[in-house]
This record gives sequence, structure tokens and C-alpha cells, in this order.
Amino acid sequence: MTYRLDRRSFLARSAALGCSLAASPLLTPVSFAAAPWDARLVVIILRGGMDGLDVVQPYGDPGFAAARAAWPSGPESGAADLDGFFALHPGLAPLLPLWRAEELGFVHAVSTPYRDKRSHFDGQDMLEAGTASLAGVRDGWLNRLLQAVPGVETSTAYAIGREDMRLLSGSAPVANWLPGIDLEMSPQARRLALLVMESDPAFHAALNEAMMILDGEQAVAEAGAMSAEEEAEAGMQMGMVSAGANAAHRRIADFAAEQLRGASRIAAFSINGWDTHRAQERGLSTPLGRLSDTILTLRARMGAEVWDKTAVLAMTEFGRTVRPNGTGGTDHGTGGLMLMAGGAVRGGRVHGRWPGLDEADLYQRRDLMPTADLRVQAAWAMRGLTGLDRATLERAVFPGIEMGGDPGLLR
Amino acid sequence: MSALSYDPEIAEIRFGCGLSPSVAPPAGRQAMLDGLTGPDEMAAAFPIETFPEFRARMVEASENFREIRKRRGTPEVQPFRKRRNLINKAAREAMVGWQAQTFLRWTRTAQPMHERLAFFWADHFTAVGKNGVLRRGTSPYVEAAIRPNMTGSFADLLIAATISPLMLHYLDQGISIGPESPRARKGGRRGLNENLAREVLELHTLGVDGPYGQEDVRQLAELFTGLTYNPRNGFTFRKDFAEPGPETVLGVTYGGDPARLEPVLEALRALALHPATARHIAAKLAVHFVADAPDPALVDHLAGRFADTGGQLMAVYEALLEHPAAWAEPLGNAKPPADFIASACRALDVPPDTLQSLEERAARRMFFWPLGQMGQPWQSPSGPDGWPEEDADWITPQGVAARMRWAMQMPQRLCAPRGLPHPESFVQAALGSRAPGPVRFAASAAESRSEAIGLVLASPAFQRR
Repeated sequence: MTYRLDRRSFLARSAALGCSLAASPLLTPVSFAAAPWDARLVVIILRGGMDGLDVVQPYGDPGFAAARAAWPSGPESGAADLDGFFALHPGLAPLLPLWRAEELGFVHAVSTPYRDKRSHFDGQDMLEAGTASLAGVRDGWLNRLLQAVPGVETSTAYAIGREDMRLLSGSAPVANWLPGIDLEMSPQARRLALLVMESDPAFHAALNEAMMILDGEQAVAEAGAMSAEEEAEAGMQMGMVSAGANAAHRRIADFAAEQLRGASRIAAFSINGWDTHRAQERGLSTPLGRLSDTILTLRARMGAEVWDKTAVLAMTEFGRTVRPNGTGGTDHGTGGLMLMAGGAVRGGRVHGRWPGLDEADLYQRRDLMPTADLRVQAAWAMRGLTGLDRATLERAVFPGIEMGGDPGLLR
Repeated sequence: MSALSYDPEIAEIRFGCGLSPSVAPPAGRQAMLDGLTGPDEMAAAFPIETFPEFRARMVEASENFREIRKRRGTPEVQPFRKRRNLINKAAREAMVGWQAQTFLRWTRTAQPMHERLAFFWADHFTAVGKNGVLRRGTSPYVEAAIRPNMTGSFADLLIAATISPLMLHYLDQGISIGPESPRARKGGRRGLNENLAREVLELHTLGVDGPYGQEDVRQLAELFTGLTYNPRNGFTFRKDFAEPGPETVLGVTYGGDPARLEPVLEALRALALHPATARHIAAKLAVHFVADAPDPALVDHLAGRFADTGGQLMAVYEALLEHPAAWAEPLGNAKPPADFIASACRALDVPPDTLQSLEERAARRMFFWPLGQMGQPWQSPSGPDGWPEEDADWITPQGVAARMRWAMQMPQRLCAPRGLPHPESFVQAALGSRAPGPVRFAASAAESRSEAIGLVLASPAFQRR
């Protein structure tokens, strides 16, 4: 298939290093070569189509009250006023301290170039491909970023969790993992396992990588260990997190933070559950809870020093209809919302150009009109974090975009 | 049938449930097809509650819920809360049993393509309950809507799946009400929901590249109003939910006043026969059974047969089995985790008692958690597009590690007290004449029997088909 070339190229790389696996089962743990840049980037894909209008509510727009009269919204209904025009859904209230510290911000009315069919799956593929069409796309934009930078190691970027993260698929090496798996095998069984996989490059590379990650976990834990003082601080911050330590999204955030304290510079994973076709009032609070837990866990577990140079970008395949549907929910729409967090972002404000919600302002008289390309926002963030030049971002990472003026998303 | 030679091992591995030490592969192509139209022996031998039976649980839960609502805020609510928990627990335990029955069907069947098609169509028409006892409704849905309709016309299968209560619930159709319908005019804030209409066009019939637009979605959603269900009677068509007037989908106008079910079925039949649907289904079958990138000639052949026969599924299956590209080696498709575990049970010849006597906790350790780690939590795909087909989605470091771990640890529990098979004979039983040399070697060189069996099951030769 066209993606996941990562492991095949990884295999080729191991072979080039002379790591003949039939002869020698010795696998080196994840190495700690100097990373190509120092800032950290976390990309969270919010699958299902998050209703940006409910998360950051434009209560100052008369069209909003008109469209959503039936729903509680705005500061009078418990949403936190952000700037006199927008209010934050109560489900993200645990993040308000970050907003005040200017470590949390949003870009409203953004979208990919995907239009009209409003399919989740094509919408997500397009979001992760980062291109204007899906024809002939072989890799994801975050992988193309890695392809453009020298010195990238397998551990530079992690795709974490159960979902396939196509935005990290491609020819640059990438690590894939689901926290919580262990694999205890005798040395003999390991050798034989690699032997039975040997004639099948995909299986062989996947097993090889699993063994390296498991062997490396200990080393990473040591290298990324927190000082006692940091542990105490992290413990206090974790008091803000609501979910149990064993919730899957918590484990993923823990694991991501641990990697990012070490040699890793990029982590990508998914949070699902945004497809609120019915009973949105209730339905949105679960994924919002996961999102805020995730961000608070990242912040606590990374420690202040790493968090300070981190940008978390949470993005979704499309927004939802401006007007509620007939079942207390919203259907698939167009313009959406991007969330940003971290010490590296310029938070405490809602970025973007607000298109308005009058009937004539809407896309196809039903959806929030996108006023900015999500890819341009991501490109500017990557430019600031990695120092990659504009031409590479416009031609290789997001082919065909025009970055225009700096939207100022980073500090 | 054609002079194309027949390889029973490929038949069993690619189109069936994998090799078994005790059940012989089908004798030939005709036997494979006959196995699909004969009596459903596995459903009789390893029964699973069908949806009409399952509805009794929904009735019980909804009656109890009414009692809870009446007593909310009073101490008398307690016994009914307790009862709700018991109703949910019973459904959960039943589901554990249905999973065991499903794996036993894979283990014992002599008509293995039947089980494969049941998985294929259950995935094509993915439906998952979202709350209460309905969360356990997937197997009963498959039993009632999918299994009995896999060998007729695609239109009949499409209709059965679309109007099944679980689908109407999953994609929010049951609560979708025409904005101008009598029910909406009586008050209340309920109205249209376009979720099912969109997925019928995008996933179940035309495919996302098919010739439809937002207006078709909207019109089909209006046409669908009235399709609903209740626990006591299952599917019902409620005229008072239906949007008045005709609707136009892909240029064809359906229905009018008074609202009736028949125009909805007409629209579904037309969608089922559309050339885009023929191509969509043909490509999905070829990808599922043969390869991620199947020979285009095979897809053309299947789509042509689909179109020529008006979507008669037996004719399409026959077209699949008679095409040389369908038998081409190598056997490359990665088994999804559930298929991997089910075919491992078959290769290990796991006795029915062992699976049927598993308690919930043991089943969680044995199947549910490992399936989650392998990337396929049981009957819980993240969206209505079901599970991915691409091999690369399954052959991940975490997925392969989780499969390896399961293969090393679980077979000895599944084979107790009889004990694990002899590794060298197991290689033959599980992989047949295609067993690669390194796997034979590994099975003989492993330090323990459980590692030897694990290595055979974890080998690509077992994991691909």
C-alpha cells in the first residue's frame, strides 16, 4: 500500500547498519542522537467533526443566538467569557488557567480544502494528507516535514494509540506505539520470532520496532526522569485532571509526554467522539473532558521546561452545521476550530477572521464559512517551531499553499 | 465450472476460516457455493440470540427505566437501579457467550466462506448500540439482518440492514422527524437528522466517489423519515414522522402523500442497482478476499456480474471464485485481529466446552483486552465505516506485539486440559503444504511448547491469507 513506508524504510536502514537479524538478535534501544530542533509539537486529530461553534461560542454574534436559541450557550449558561465575544464551553473549564496564562488559544473558522461531500473519512484523509486533493497522495504532512529535515531518527516522531495516524505515514522514519503492551519472551523466542518474520518485511519491521520500543522504554524513562521537585509539581498539576490514571487517553498523554521529555520532538494521536448528531449538550462533554485531561496531563508530565517550548495543535476534519438538526445535535459542516496549547503558543486570544453568522455569511447557507486554510496555520506553527523555510513548507509539506502573512500563532 | 484448478488449502485460507486439523476444506468451488445456500448449520449448532429475542431485553430495560423515572429522587428508586444494573450485566454476559459462539462457528464450520461473508457484511453494514443493553446488540443484529440475507439480492440485504432497529438507532434515524410532519407540528423540538441517509449513500451503496451531492443526502433523509423502531415491535414505519410530499434522490422522485414505506424501499432498491454501487461492492469484495490492490480485471468481472444479475449475491460470489486472479498467490492480506484469533481457535481445534464455559473475566483476559491491544476492540469500530482493510493498518508494532503476546500465552489455556498439540504436527495442521522452512525450524527449536505454538501462530504465513 501507499502509506506506512516508514517501517519499510526503517528496515532498510537497519539493514544498512549491518544489523543482520538472523545472526544477531541484539537490538539497540532507541538512541539519543541530537534531535534536529528543540521545540516540541503535539498534533491531536479530533475525529468525528468537532462543533467549534459550541466549543468556542461566538455569543457576541447575534446570528449565533438566533441559530442556537434552543441551546444554553454564552456566559449566562455557564460558558466562560473569553474576550467579550467568544465564550468557552464548560467542558473545557479545567483549561481556563492556561487561557489566563496565555498558554491556550484558538483559531476560529478554519478548514482544510475539503468541501461539500462532508464525509468523515475523506475529510480526515484530507486533513492528514495536507493536500488539496486525495489523488495520488502517498504520505501525510507531518511525515513530509520530517522528510525535509536532516538528522531525523525513528524516535524523533511518535504516532501513538490504536488509530492509524496517516499524517505521520511516509518515507521518513517514525515510531508507532500503543502504551500498555508488554512482550516478555525468552531470548531464544525473540531470535526465532525474528526468524519466522524474516521473509516478510512488513511484519519483520513491525516486530523489530516493537522490540526496540519496549527495550527503549526503560532507557527513555531514565533519560526523561523528573527531579523530585518536578515530580511534586507534576503531582499537584495532575490534581486538576479528572479521569482515572488508567483511562486510555491518559496513558497516551503520559507516554507522549515521556517521549517528548527525551529525544522525541513530535507526537501525534487521536481523540474520538465528536460526531454529535444527537443530544449534543450531553454528548460533547465526554470528548471535551478527554481533550482537557490530555492537555493537562501533557503539561504536568512534560514539566515546565519542556512545556515551555511546546505547541499542541488539536484539529478536526470539519465543523458542524450552524443550526442544530432535528435531534438535539448538529450534522456535518465545513468551517471549524483549531485549539492550540503550550508555552510556545500565543494564547489568551481567539485568532482568525470571523466571518459572521448571518444567513448570507454562511457556507451554502448552512455551515460556518471558512476564512483560513488550516494548513497555513499549521505551516506557520511549524515554521516557528522548526525553523523550516517557507519554500519547503509551501512546496513539500503542504504543496500548493500560500502562507501569506504570519498569523502570529506562536510567541 | 471453468477448468481453473482448485486448491483446497487456498480455498480454506483465503476464502474460509483457515486450516483445521479436524474439519476438511471444501471439496471444490461448487461445494463452497453450496455451503452458502444450504442450511445454516453453524447457527443451529452454536446459536446466538437473534434481534427479535434480544428485544425482550430492551423491553425489560425500558419498562424498568420508566419505574426509575417515576421514583427519581426518592428512596424507592434503589431496587429499580439495582435491577437496571442486573439487566445490563445479563446482556453483557450474554455478549461474552455470543463471542464464544462466533469463534466456535469459525472453529467447527465445514462451510467456512459463510462465516467470512458474515464478518464481511456485518462490517459493510456496521451498526453498534450506543447505550444501555443496545450496546450488546451487534451479534443479534447480525443474526437477524445479515446472516439470513447474504445469498439473495444486494437490495434485500441493504433493506434488511437499513431498517433494522440497531442501524436505525446507531445512525440516529429512529428519532429523525420531518420538519413539516404531523409529529413535528404537534410541538417539541425534534426534527430531521441526516446521518443514516449520508452513510447509506457514502458507505452502503454508491461509495464516497459516487454521483451524489448534499441535496441528495438531504432529500434521502427526508424520504427516510418514518423509519423507526420500538423495543416491543422492532421496526415500524410511522406516518406521523414522515415529511409530507415527494423527495427527489439522484434525479428520481419517490413517494408523496400519504407517506408510505414502499417508496423508501423503492429508493433503496434503486440505489442497490446503481452502477456505482456495483463497482463499490465489487471493489470491497475483491479487497477483502484477495488483496489491498486487487487485479482491476477481477473488480471489473465482479462489477459486471453484479450489474448483469441485478445484484444477485450468489452470482457475484461465483464470479469471485471462478476468476483466476482471486486464486493468485502470494496469500497477502493480513487477517484482522478477530479473524486471527478465530482462525487460531480453528487451528488449535479448541473444544466447544472450553469456550462456552469461559466466565466473563476470563473472556476479557483471553479475548477482549487482547483484541483491543491488537487494534480491534470486539464489535466496537470507531465509526460506521467499520474496520480498515489495508494490511498496513494491522501490521503495526503495537499490533504485531499484541498478536505475538496472545499467541505465546493464550493457546495453552485454550487447549487445557488436553494440552497443546505437538509443535511439528501443529505446523502442518495450521499452515499445510505452504509451511515455510523457517517456521518449521522455529517450531522445533523453541524452548517450550507454548513458545513453539506461539511462533507458528505469529508467523506471517499464519497471519496472512
